[in-house]
Amino acid sequence: MADAKRELINRLQKNILQWEGYKPPPAHTHELVGLGTIEAAFPNGVFPLGTVHELVCANTEQATACGGLVTGLLSVLMQNGGACLWISLSGNLFPPALKTFGVEPDRVIFVNLINDKDVLWVMEEALKCAGLAGVVGEVRELDFKQSRRLQLAVEQSQVTGFILRNQSNKMGSTACAARWRISPLPSEPVEGLPGLGFPRWQVELLRVRNGQPGNWIVEWSGGKFRPVELEQLTEHKLMAG
Amino acid sequence: MQKRFMAIWFRHLTTDWLALRQPELKDVPFVFAKPERNHIIITAANPVAEMQGIYRGMAAADAKAITTNLQVLDHIEGKEAKLLRQLGLWGIRYTPIVAVDLPDGLILDISGCAHLWGGERGYLKEIVNKLRTSGYNARAAIADTIGAAWAVARFGKATPIIENGLQVQALLNLPPASLRLETLVLEKLQKLGFTPIKSFMQIPRAVLRRRFGEGFLLRLAQAMGLEDEPLKPLIPPVPYTERLPCLEPVRTAKAIEIAIQKLLETLCARLQAEGKGIRKAMLKCYRVDGKMVQAAITTNRGSHNVPHLFKLFELQISKIEPALGIELFLLEAPKVEDIDVLQEKLWAGNPGLQDTALAELLDRIAGKIGPGRIRRYLPAEHYWPERSVNQAASLTETPTTKWRTDRLRPMRILARPEPVEVMALLPDYPPKVFTYKGRRHVIEKADGPERIEREWWHDKGEHRDYYAVEDSDGQRYWLFRSGHYDATPQWYLHGFFA
Repeated sequence: MADAKRELINRLQKNILQWEGYKPPPAHTHELVGLGTIEAAFPNGVFPLGTVHELVCANTEQATACGGLVTGLLSVLMQNGGACLWISLSGNLFPPALKTFGVEPDRVIFVNLINDKDVLWVMEEALKCAGLAGVVGEVRELDFKQSRRLQLAVEQSQVTGFILRNQSNKMGSTACAARWRISPLPSEPVEGLPGLGFPRWQVELLRVRNGQPGNWIVEWSGGKFRPVELEQLTEHKLMAG
Repeated sequence: MQKRFMAIWFRHLTTDWLALRQPELKDVPFVFAKPERNHIIITAANPVAEMQGIYRGMAAADAKAITTNLQVLDHIEGKEAKLLRQLGLWGIRYTPIVAVDLPDGLILDISGCAHLWGGERGYLKEIVNKLRTSGYNARAAIADTIGAAWAVARFGKATPIIENGLQVQALLNLPPASLRLETLVLEKLQKLGFTPIKSFMQIPRAVLRRRFGEGFLLRLAQAMGLEDEPLKPLIPPVPYTERLPCLEPVRTAKAIEIAIQKLLETLCARLQAEGKGIRKAMLKCYRVDGKMVQAAITTNRGSHNVPHLFKLFELQISKIEPALGIELFLLEAPKVEDIDVLQEKLWAGNPGLQDTALAELLDRIAGKIGPGRIRRYLPAEHYWPERSVNQAASLTETPTTKWRTDRLRPMRILARPEPVEVMALLPDYPPKVFTYKGRRHVIEKADGPERIEREWWHDKGEHRDYYAVEDSDGQRYWLFRSGHYDATPQWYLHGFFA
């Protein structure tokens, strides 16, 4: 009886998603961007491309971690020779580091701006340009109206946008598909060697449209994301201890 | 096409100009004069002074004897050239090729321009009236040759318009001075009694050459149309130019939009036929008040796409100030390039940097925000972090070397390394604790040092020892110590790792 009910609810949920414009995924597409278990948190279990994602960063350290994660995602999106636009307020990105996360830095066009208004204008124009693999924009604030404009732009062109916002105290609702928070975590030494390990982040999905918010640990190693299971973590700790 | 030229003669160029600037001088005889061989010689006299018998080349002292209230002003060196240049630039609204004819005239190449003003008579009337109402006493004439137009403008007594092929007849009764000859030759002709041109026109060329030289024959032939005369235009005409004169001066943004659209359509049709695209275009708006305002656009890749170019101009329309109205629009493309025939459909998958839409997007951004803010980087063969990237000159430039990944490099870098307070245990050991912006970071893990020597052939200074460090919260930084570990080593924070 309970199974039948759950079946019914699942089916209804799928229908609702379909009505809202989410197409059911083709049979073989899972782990679209290599985020492993995190992708299951999204509707239909597919990482939503062709939408705008919002990444909240409170300080430069978090903004840098966001940059790492976004670059890792872009490396997948740019696999087929695409180009991307990185609109920044700070202008402090160091292009050679993008290569570490699998992106050819010469395929990224940087636009350095001074105020939010210009960033949002450029971002909207860029999101309308279907030839781009992705657009990253750094802003201070983002309100609902602005995020809707961006969302409407991507619905036409199916470009994926990432907004890095650094004023996290005013967080109203936005039209973005997901709200993330990435914070750096202490890295694990590689095979007991001293020094820094692979970059490791706490990935929090604060809010997902039609999905399940959650909390994961992800590491970037060997040119791809590697979700770190908590058991594995404790195991390491035990071994280390 | 039969060439037609117009010569404009300003009888009182500098004095008219001064009378415009100082209206109280209008009814007073005044002259410009400058010292010449121990005399003060008049270089220009205004109409009132001329009425009293004062002429150019007279000594100022003699002139003062004629009238009591004559004002003698200092001759301004180079003023004529400056005034003629301004007037010539104003004249570009009537024809693209305008040349300055020192010391007191302009030459316009009006081939194929006059019909826009209803024929040559209307054209001439328009220009002369405009000049006269603005205060310059001008005479103009139109003929097949520059020489004939020049002569008729200054010495002609009948019609100012010499019909096609009739310049020889028009010249017959004019004095030799109308041939733009040197004073020496003129004096000789005077002495020999050759007063109208027709008196020596029939004399064999060999005889004339022996007496008066080659220059004389050349001037005669040029005036008659037997010899070409080159014209040096004030502004070299741009090969890709479109003009749009307005019947009524326009002032609204909508009208400017329509003008731009029309100009682009004609220009782009031509460019498309020739397989070219605009890299740089300029819209010049000539206003009723004699000023010119312009808006320029640049593109990343040659384009003859009207909607795209229009969008770029649209961003600039607000900067065009129409004032009392714009009477002529001029669209110039000073820089064009050959473009490949578009095969967008074929490459529609993932075109990357070669995408036309991307180039157009960057053009729009550059138009709105400025081209200096868009950057693309290529690897440079330097270890010194500040020099390890170069700005790419274009979208199509490809890296000549590989991007290096063998050394750890931070995601974000500070443009100027910031000094930090550091506690390090031993020389050449990574720091234990550092303080940045008032926050204490206890370092748990560190990699390094990576010594980067300064490139002594570029600049002098200390080397840097870089450490990649991770604090107890897992935040990763790029620190360096400037120079050797001596009494007071200075530490800096240079970047943030992801």
